[in-house]
Amino acid sequence: MQIAMLHTRLRTEERLLLDAFESLGVNVKLVDLRTVVFDPSDPGAWARVDLALDRCVSLTASTTAVQVLEHFGVRCVNSSRTIEVCSDKLSTTLALARAQLPMPAVRVATGREAGLEAIESIGYPVVLKPTVGSWGRLVARVNDRDAAEAILEHRDTLGSVRQKIIYAQEHVDKPGRDLRVFVVGGIAVAAIGRRSEHWVTNTARGATAESVDLTSDLRALSQQAAQSVGADLCAVDLLECPRRGLLINELNHSMEFRNSIDTTGIDIPRLVAEHVVSLAGATHQGVSA
Amino acid sequence: MSITIEANCPECDAPVQPARRPLAGEILRCTQCSVELEVTSTEPFRLELAPEVEEDWGE
Ligand SMILES: Nc1ncnc2c1ncn2[C@@H]1O[C@H](COP(=O)(O)OP(=O)(O)O)[C@@H](O)[C@H]1O
Ligand SMILES: [Mg+2]
Ligand SMILES: [Zn+2]
Repeated sequence: MQIAMLHTRLRTEERLLLDAFESLGVNVKLVDLRTVVFDPSDPGAWARVDLALDRCVSLTASTTAVQVLEHFGVRCVNSSRTIEVCSDKLSTTLALARAQLPMPAVRVATGREAGLEAIESIGYPVVLKPTVGSWGRLVARVNDRDAAEAILEHRDTLGSVRQKIIYAQEHVDKPGRDLRVFVVGGIAVAAIGRRSEHWVTNTARGATAESVDLTSDLRALSQQAAQSVGADLCAVDLLECPRRGLLINELNHSMEFRNSIDTTGIDIPRLVAEHVVSLAGATHQGVSA
Repeated sequence: MSITIEANCPECDAPVQPARRPLAGEILRCTQCSVELEVTSTEPFRLELAPEVEEDWGE
């Protein structure tokens, strides 16, 4: 069985995953995508790879490699489709809407005028975020029309073309934290709360992880969310709305978990490695049969 | 014979010793100045300042 781990820089997570694979007695080939050239008409050594686990911190590197590898017939975790849907908040919203799962109200528009209308149809405070982004960057809470107009003007004159997509979301008055559920192979395995003084509760922005009960509601909703994007592995982020209860905010296809292992007492890298090995085993048998 | 793996921080020149066998591409933090360093080679052990976070990076 051959498993490749696609990476750019190696974070703590990748080291933990390598250790987990090693403890299962499975050798994983590290592939630094910064050094790889693909020939779309010649799979070469990729023909012998049963599964590629994408652990790239760079979305561009991920989507490029996974697209080519799937073309070669390599099983990728996550799939290109899942990466595409999770990495774009509008695509995620559409997938959740299709599955009729609860989420904060969203309006989408392109252009300044329609953007302002989108924002005001939700009502202040409203949350604006880039459709493609992570670690809480450029996520903005807008309290009034002055601020909305300023952000729209800045986006228009200073932003990239992608910044012209106005993705406006209802602000959820959450209790000082959001929730994150890790879903591995369709099963919710662990949950944390991410708590911060700031309303943006990414651990990359200094929030701390706290333990929370993986209630049956939280479990069911997270599993449905993961299924709606076809994720083999993901972290589902949810907001606790005082009025509507649990709402799904977003899904992460290449989740970080270093702060969640001690908090939950769950060996997340081990569970990920076991699931990946079982998927690779199935592919391998399919090939040799 | 045990060999010590060590290189100097390109930012503050403090000696940096990885806690375990380093891997190429791995991110280490300088204990002296806290800068993020990337292992660019393991034999010989070399460190460079890790690249700045880019727009498409994330989880
Ligand atoms: N609609 C919202 N209401 C309240 N808090 C929000 C809302 N959207 C985002 N946040 C806060 O901001 C954080 C980052 O937003 P998120 O949509 O997850 O973007 P990113 O992909 O950058 O993590 C969330 O973890 C949450 O704490
Ligand atoms: Mg998030
Ligand atoms: Zn230093």
